[in-house]
Amino acid sequence: MPALIEIQDVHKVYDMGDDKVRALDGVSLVIQEGEYVAIMGPSGSGKSTLMNLIGCLDTPTAGSYKLKGTEVAGMTDDELAAIRNGEIGFIFQTFNLLPRSDAVQNVELPLVYAGVPRRERRDRAQEALKSVGLGDRMHHRPNEMSGGQRQRVAVARALVNRPSILMADEPTGNLDSKTGEEIMNLMDQLHAQGRTIILVTHEEDLALRAARVVRLRDGRVLSDVRNTPMAVGGA
Amino acid sequence: MILENLGLALRSLWAHKMRSFLTTLGIIIGVGAVITVVSLVQGFSQVITREIEGLGANSIIVEPNRPPGKEGEKLARVEMTLEDGEAVLAASRYVDAVAPLVQNFEKVKAGEEVAQYPVLGTTPIFQDLRNYYVEQGRFFAAVDERERQNVCVLGHGVLKDLKLPANPLGRELAIGAQSFRVVGVMEPKGQLLGQDLDKFVMIPFGTAVGIYGDTVAKKVAFLMHVRDAAQTTQAKDEISDLLRIRHRLRFDQPNDFEVTTQNQILETVTKFSNGITYVVAGVTAIALLVGGIGIMNIMLVSVTERTREIGVRKAVGARRSHILSQFVIEAVVLALCGGVLGIGLGVGLGALIAAAIPNWPGSYVPLWATVLSFGFSSAVGLFFGIYPAAKAARLDPIESLRYE
Repeated sequence: MPALIEIQDVHKVYDMGDDKVRALDGVSLVIQEGEYVAIMGPSGSGKSTLMNLIGCLDTPTAGSYKLKGTEVAGMTDDELAAIRNGEIGFIFQTFNLLPRSDAVQNVELPLVYAGVPRRERRDRAQEALKSVGLGDRMHHRPNEMSGGQRQRVAVARALVNRPSILMADEPTGNLDSKTGEEIMNLMDQLHAQGRTIILVTHEEDLALRAARVVRLRDGRVLSDVRNTPMAVGGA
Repeated sequence: MILENLGLALRSLWAHKMRSFLTTLGIIIGVGAVITVVSLVQGFSQVITREIEGLGANSIIVEPNRPPGKEGEKLARVEMTLEDGEAVLAASRYVDAVAPLVQNFEKVKAGEEVAQYPVLGTTPIFQDLRNYYVEQGRFFAAVDERERQNVCVLGHGVLKDLKLPANPLGRELAIGAQSFRVVGVMEPKGQLLGQDLDKFVMIPFGTAVGIYGDTVAKKVAFLMHVRDAAQTTQAKDEISDLLRIRHRLRFDQPNDFEVTTQNQILETVTKFSNGITYVVAGVTAIALLVGGIGIMNIMLVSVTERTREIGVRKAVGARRSHILSQFVIEAVVLALCGGVLGIGLGVGLGALIAAAIPNWPGSYVPLWATVLSFGFSSAVGLFFGIYPAAKAARLDPIESLRYE
């Protein structure tokens, strides 16, 4: 059985007029199903670019990226959209909820594009909201909820399509430390349930909660460390 | 998915009620203007058409006529007599009845009341040819005609003018210098374009000729009836030939009469109403174009404002076609709402104007105008919505998510 994520010698070059920016310069990385990996690095290290690649929002300039054994590099926009829809759940720093839609409508959005029938969609969205402790906020709009509640809605949205990978990009960046702690505890729970989580952050103490920390600098992998070998689930 | 997008579109337009309304105002005014004008023109031509069809498709009118300009100068006297009509009736293969018509304006006096009316001289058969009958009393009989009796039939409007009782039968009236007895009153016809169709007096043709002499006897017009309505064109040609021979016209001379069929009159009215409709259609095309550009403009603004939303949708798996259809449907719904409001506005305005113009026959909105308005406004939404929607569909998800 192939690894969940197999990245081999991936390059990403941005053409900025006269000079070329090498955001990723030969990165290789293998992530198994059920891992909890933190990607760290200063700004400009290429961690956002790597996250976009793993999240199938972008394709590499060169190199290979296999997701569940399928080559993703070179896919069209619509093929990538289908993979994002089925395999990846995003949690953003700024929540990125639709302001005019209530919690259930926000959570069911991935299912709309997956073509799930209305009834089933509604049921699954409500179930996902209950699982993140928002059973009593189903029909609140984002502006009627606290930051922590909004991020929970985002987590529910990321989970609703039962994705292979949960991608969290600075999920606590817009939260106070207490609610940030709650969200991180939620992540720990999800990992304990066997989900694969990739956390992008620049905060050391958050990264230490993950089982494995990958540090980037100047588009290359600087180090790849397992915090406590015992904590690596499944591998 | 379409249903999904329909709901989304309505929600998003409702969130900006004022903006949506102002955007679609161009369409509302464009569609409203067409429906107003079309409803008025259609109302008008419907009444005219009914009026003409009442005459019967079998009717042909023949009048003495000098063509205008140089052509007319080639003719000596322009005359038409009762004998011309009788000759046509005798020789024609198509015409089976002829009623002569002469007209003279006279002062009509009942007691102290005086008014000026057209006095029409005709024969008993007129009633059947014109499809127009007496309401009370009787029309002229053959005996009135033969004996040149001083009897008259009144148009319905004359009763009120001359303060006659509701039943004026047997009353004596002075028409010019002569005294006439009222034997009948025609059924009311109402008004058409401000012209009262009920203000006239009819007397027997023979009586008219006896009193007015050559001034009417040599200017006779005819109402002719063709046996088969399908043969009016042949009948028209035949009548022209017969009259040219009788009037001894040379090849280089024009007709000294005019033959008009009901079809011709109908065609004229249709041409008139079509002409107006085309002009309005042109103006509307411009209004819809302007309205469409407004929609495109606001959709572009909307796409920019919702860049993040588009990014989120793409991140969770929306394909280009999903985003494209979302925004196209929003534009179509916007334009269609304008179309619906415009139709409402046009129907209301048409009825209002028809009521405000005295003697306007009324307004009528044909189904084709409604269907066309729907069709055109959604086409405008589709056409002008595609560019902004394509722009939205092409947005890069990473940059959209970063957009502030």
